[in-house]
Amino acid sequence: MSYLAIFLSAIFVNNIVLSQFLGICPFLGVSKNSSTAAGMGMAVIFVMTLSTIATYLVYHHLLVPHHLEFMITVVFILIIASLVQMVEIILKKVSPILYQALGIFLPLITTNCAVLGIAILAAQKDYDLLHSVCFALANALGFTLAIVIFAGLRERINVNALPQSMRGTPITLITAGLLSLAFMGFAGIGN
Amino acid sequence: MSSQSYNNLTRGIIRENPTFVMLLGMCPTLGVTTSAANGLGMGVATLLVLILSNFAISAVKNLIPDMVRIPCYIVIIASFVTVAEMLMAAYLPALHSRLGIFIPLIVVNCIILGRAEAFASKNGIWQSILDAVGMGIGFTGALTLLGIVREILGTGSVFGWKFVAEDFDTMMLFIMPPGAFLALAGLIIVFNKITGACK
Repeated sequence: MSYLAIFLSAIFVNNIVLSQFLGICPFLGVSKNSSTAAGMGMAVIFVMTLSTIATYLVYHHLLVPHHLEFMITVVFILIIASLVQMVEIILKKVSPILYQALGIFLPLITTNCAVLGIAILAAQKDYDLLHSVCFALANALGFTLAIVIFAGLRERINVNALPQSMRGTPITLITAGLLSLAFMGFAGIGN
Repeated sequence: MSSQSYNNLTRGIIRENPTFVMLLGMCPTLGVTTSAANGLGMGVATLLVLILSNFAISAVKNLIPDMVRIPCYIVIIASFVTVAEMLMAAYLPALHSRLGIFIPLIVVNCIILGRAEAFASKNGIWQSILDAVGMGIGFTGALTLLGIVREILGTGSVFGWKFVAEDFDTMMLFIMPPGAFLALAGLIIVFNKITGACK
């Protein structure tokens, strides 16, 4: 599979949030305004790429040679959790500006199923290292695109009058459904 | 059964329903409910992992140092998820392949870690199991209901039994990704209407 096809497919056709339903919690929870959404997107790009590299190396050089593939869930979630902690500590020391921008999002990312999901999918698809990195980066970009557009939509909804029982979650989900419908228009590109 | 036990058991079913009220575990809720059977399968898998993890965590809660409790909980949960995944691959291979990536992702389902942190780490074994059963049933019920609604609208069948004519045009949209969001929104509106009317 070519790199361009991976990018097109992950960002538009099989968008990680809108068609694969990974990372719905931050998508619904951290999308009240566009600047926070963009911050979350950046943090996801950073962590998802790093964690896919780390899990790739551990999977192919530690688990596979010792026939421990069944440990994938336990090992990957521990790698991701400790990686996020480590990134937080290093970032605090090395780049306080970046830490201020991404800091509050990092602890949230451990429970982001998109990060674990993409690491497991990359291992299942048997990609080599470069393909795995591209796959993770493309999916993270897809996540960022979706959450930034969605935050923009939600800012507009706030000023509209709605029936009582539709306020809050229901209208948010309907908006997400319409956005997902729009993304279905990309189906078929890159095949 | 004492009133406290009853309270812990029923809390998750309606009042603090993890899906409709607390909006936890949205990824599997939206991702696997293309049919009622998938929703039920996912719900039962989560229910089993939730009962086992609440049991194990409340049993060892005094042995775990406070500083490292979250990683310990995650390891316990991940081990049970691995067991559940292996059992499902062995005995229900068709369901296993349909649920796919969402089975290992039970680990990061916020309901499980949430109940471990909010309930099992503070209460005894028996109460923790009751809490897990209640929450698990609430989650399973919500997923099955969403699966039934999507299956009826999308394919005109219930649990695979088709009740419309072969050439009847169903709303295919509802078994595609946008339909998941729209169907859940509809169910939450109905849920809010009913619970709002009861208040």
